Amino acid sequence: MDLFEAVFHGIIIASTPLVFAAIGELVVEKSGVLNLGVEGMMIIGAVCSFVVTIETGSYVYGVIAAIISGSIAASLFGFVTQYFLSNQVASGLSLTIFGLGMAALIGQSYTGLSLTEFPELNILTLNNIPILNNILFSYDYLVYVSIFLVFAVYYFLNKSKFGLILKAVGDNHDAAYSLGYSVKRIRFFAILFGGACAGLGGCYLSLVQTPFWVENMTSGRGWIALVIVVFSVWRPLWILVGAYIFGGITIIQLHIQGIGINIESQYLSMLPYIVTIFVLVFISTNKRRLTNNSPACLNKIFNADL
Amino acid sequence: MSKKFIGGLLLAILVGLAFYYQAIKGEDVVIDDGVTKVGFIYIGPIGDMGWSYEHDKARLAVEAEFGDQVETTYVESVPESQDAERVITELAQDHDLIFTTSFGYMNPTLKVAEAFPNVKFEHATGYKRNDNTSIYSARFYEGRHLIGLIAGGMTKTNTIGYIASFPIPEVVRGINAAYLAAISVNPTVEFKVIWLNTWFDPGKEADAAKALIDQGADVIMQHTDSPAAMTVAEQEGVYAFGQASDMIAYGPNAQLTSIIDNWAPYYILRTKDIIDGTWKSTDTWGGIDSGMVELAKISDKVPTVIKNLVEQANEGIVNGTLHPFTGPINKQDGSVWLVEGEVASDGDLLGMAFYVEGIDGMLPN
Repeated sequence: MDLFEAVFHGIIIASTPLVFAAIGELVVEKSGVLNLGVEGMMIIGAVCSFVVTIETGSYVYGVIAAIISGSIAASLFGFVTQYFLSNQVASGLSLTIFGLGMAALIGQSYTGLSLTEFPELNILTLNNIPILNNILFSYDYLVYVSIFLVFAVYYFLNKSKFGLILKAVGDNHDAAYSLGYSVKRIRFFAILFGGACAGLGGCYLSLVQTPFWVENMTSGRGWIALVIVVFSVWRPLWILVGAYIFGGITIIQLHIQGIGINIESQYLSMLPYIVTIFVLVFISTNKRRLTNNSPACLNKIFNADL
Repeated sequence: MSKKFIGGLLLAILVGLAFYYQAIKGEDVVIDDGVTKVGFIYIGPIGDMGWSYEHDKARLAVEAEFGDQVETTYVESVPESQDAERVITELAQDHDLIFTTSFGYMNPTLKVAEAFPNVKFEHATGYKRNDNTSIYSARFYEGRHLIGLIAGGMTKTNTIGYIASFPIPEVVRGINAAYLAAISVNPTVEFKVIWLNTWFDPGKEADAAKALIDQGADVIMQHTDSPAAMTVAEQEGVYAFGQASDMIAYGPNAQLTSIIDNWAPYYILRTKDIIDGTWKSTDTWGGIDSGMVELAKISDKVPTVIKNLVEQANEGIVNGTLHPFTGPINKQDGSVWLVEGEVASDGDLLGMAFYVEGIDGMLPN
């Protein structure tokens, strides 16, 4: 692999946890719920998948464990916010604190262990075009799952009946309710989906990227995922763009330093955040795009009894 | 309405559980005179398997040494911000001795120390102290010298990757020490340094290690706290050195050795001073001779020639005949820092803010 391919490869790997977590949160927010517990659900997915993979020796079980544990963590949030109508911001924040502590507890006896390399996908090999092969087909299958998931969510939200119902719930829950849709149930399932995705993002960190378990290993990636959702203006395909830009700047700045180009490293570390702020400012200048895409009932509690 | 009430209750329980967990992680202290209470503040989680992990091992050693005479408390993952001052103040209410174990706690520690003159403070790796604040650090650069020798001897691509955290003297000194040692055995060696501006972010540390390997490095050194780089080195089939703690579990084939921080003897000594009432504000900078800096077992992959070289250097450092910073050494810009035979003063080392000649790249301010 030459340097270009290596950089490209690095970008995809660094971005994939963000893609997972952000696409899940997008669906949650589209249904009108703001779940700030992404970081907590990610870390729980990371630790559970790691523990299960170590115990069973199977990555498949590990990934399934990430999906299940992320959903369970999310269901806590779902119950308190949907059925007991507690404040979403406070519940999300406590889910993050709870998740970090809980994960540390679960993972206590699993620090110091590491895994073998995650299996790469070798089905589609184009041996005669090595560059394309390295750039397109040299990843683990979770990378392809993440990209597939983004397109699936795009299709779901824009082309399917259920997607339209979900968006209706997010935009005007009273109207959706009066049409006979169960706002709470739909939101609850969206929250579960968000948790499963965040769990997958976490397991990508602990099974593929690092791959081991230490406390606090998500180091704020859950918050970046939340930023990427806003960055995308709640449009699924832009999640990919946002996540890859963010991961891309991170990786490229590492390589710039390694090559020895003289830029202050603090600026380079700041770069992803500066770009994000710049884009956010740029987005808010276009009121129409913002109001057309952002869910109108985001973070509003739905009060009607079922 | 009752649903709302139950919801509120559940939320309260959830929050309460979270705080309860945070609380039980640090053991609660019962106020009871006659028992010496020692507090510790860590920058990372105790499960980071590196820096904070070693400090906590030393805390446990203090407990084991003094038994019922001493109670210890720790608070982990404390950011180097306003939070640090708050946590130190909280501990100062009912502790006799407080260890603040990261460079960035320097100013908060001094500030709290002035407000609590009866409490004794120990700040790691800083340079400011007062009547009730001691400072202590280890001469990690001695360990860096030894691993630099190994790295210079082991690299085939003549490229050594270095994952650095913050551009503070401690880290810069480590890079310079390792580089000087590496070129002394292999004059063609080149250092690639990547600054992460964080002590602990396993994902980023792993990305940096991959970037360095992709750019041709076949030996990785790190000055960040998690074993991520070691794990990547193991997967990619290159060599690496553990940081702060023995990381052999993460890189059975990759690890050449680790620099181990052994704080236990110092923590036990200072706690004893408190018990005996003989504590004084001191400035300690212990090296290999004091046991504060240790090397893990050197890998069997390292040839005997190099092992002998390391052994000699180790002896030289212990008996004082070898100093890793002995002239002639020029600064990166070519100006003279140390003339032939001159040994760097501790003051120079503590304030080191320049690369030595031969290291490419710009040192961030």
